Amino acid sequence: MRPRNYGFLLACLVARDFKIRYRNMSLGVFWSLLNPLVLMGVLTFVFTKIFRPAGVENFHVVVLSGLIVFSFFSLAWQSGTMSIYGNAALIKRVPMPRELLPISTVLANGLHFLIQIGLLLALALLAGYRATSLWLLLPLIFGLEVIFVCGLALISSALDVYFRDVRYVVESSTTVLFWLVPIFYSFAMIPPEYRDLYQYNPVAAVVLACRAIILENRVPPTSLLWKLPVVSLSFLVFGYLLFRRLRRNFADYL
Amino acid sequence: MPRVRFERVTKIYRRQSRQFFWRFLVETLGGRRSEPIYALREVSFEIGAGRALAIIGRNGAGKSTLLSLVAGLTAPDSGAIEVDGRVLALLELGSGFHPDLTGAENLRVNAALCGLTRRQLRQRFDEIVEFAELADFIDEPLRTYSQGMILRLAFSVAIHAGADILLLDEMIAVGDMDFQRKSFRRIRQMKQQGRILLCVSHVPEILKELCEEAIWLESGRIVQYGPAEEVIDAYAGGAPLYGGRP
Repeated sequence: MRPRNYGFLLACLVARDFKIRYRNMSLGVFWSLLNPLVLMGVLTFVFTKIFRPAGVENFHVVVLSGLIVFSFFSLAWQSGTMSIYGNAALIKRVPMPRELLPISTVLANGLHFLIQIGLLLALALLAGYRATSLWLLLPLIFGLEVIFVCGLALISSALDVYFRDVRYVVESSTTVLFWLVPIFYSFAMIPPEYRDLYQYNPVAAVVLACRAIILENRVPPTSLLWKLPVVSLSFLVFGYLLFRRLRRNFADYL
Repeated sequence: MPRVRFERVTKIYRRQSRQFFWRFLVETLGGRRSEPIYALREVSFEIGAGRALAIIGRNGAGKSTLLSLVAGLTAPDSGAIEVDGRVLALLELGSGFHPDLTGAENLRVNAALCGLTRRQLRQRFDEIVEFAELADFIDEPLRTYSQGMILRLAFSVAIHAGADILLLDEMIAVGDMDFQRKSFRRIRQMKQQGRILLCVSHVPEILKELCEEAIWLESGRIVQYGPAEEVIDAYAGGAPLYGGRP
């Protein structure tokens, strides 16, 4: 295939995914806001009225910051995993770079993530936190999460063509990770011996970093600032290399 | 100048084991392989600018495999394939269409998949809609379209994509008589501009009308390769529809 600029195709695929998701629903894109808000409400109720932890301020903002980071990760990874299998018709009939499919799926989820980030920032401002120049770090932090999930989706979508079990592995992993990412607990509550390990999990690292920036108005720990890019980028590179190896036989296995 | 050349191309499919995991392991470790099935065996042909090639044969003879190889959708097991020019496969029109999106939205995605750039699409959008005769419905969701309308839309996008090599799989006869006539005119015009056509069809009249040359495939081998008229008649003679020639 002759090299060509695939930006337009990628943009079209992202727009298609984004539009399909909420087409024909009366609330449309508001579901992107409603979903995390409802979960935020429930978790806030459980953890301030029932469990009553000692004095966490603005628990709802704390929970929401964890929730949106996690829900992007989990939805994007799961739909990215299915993107090759689900678009078998395209794989078999249209010559195009196959890696565009998982990447466009993840990016379409990224648009919803963007809306939810807006919601988080709005609620943070309402709760009295101030926007500082540190907030300029946020696009970088969230961008690294998108890169990380792209890498994961490249790996899992390619493997899913050969072993359909992969989608269930992904589904179970996200369920497990819901508890292992500091969503409704804070990083400070994690015993010190596990903290280093947590920082290697890019999702936990993103939660930690964005809480540090928005809620505590401080620069995230330096150890985290190098671990997050290193882990995210190596996943992307490894994912791309693996995908390139496996894509040759996609059409024969679908 | 666009060109397609196959030299002793062989494509093997193996019996599909239901256990993908074992199959994957065995194949990657290069161990014992299952019984091969030849989809194509030592197929050679060449076709140059402005020519059309018909591919005929019974179901399972390897026609679609041949087109997939030209499009680069699968890789050959041995032999050499040379394809100069941008290929557009109309193996199944409307791949990637989504019923909930409007005609215009589907048109955009489909055009991008067919290789149009943003600027080219802007220039040709109206022309595509007009050729498909869908101006009144283009902002309606695709699920309200009839099958004929969907095919017209996909076909119109494809012929406006500006590919050098067009692969048509049973998709030449689209729409009503008027639309077919218009499509035929357009395809002939594209041939005059130097595009290459590879057609698979079970309608001999269409193939004779469009193509100069034909390949008759049987179980992956070329039975006959030559002038379209001759090969198609030989094929029709050898495989009579109702048990004997009238």
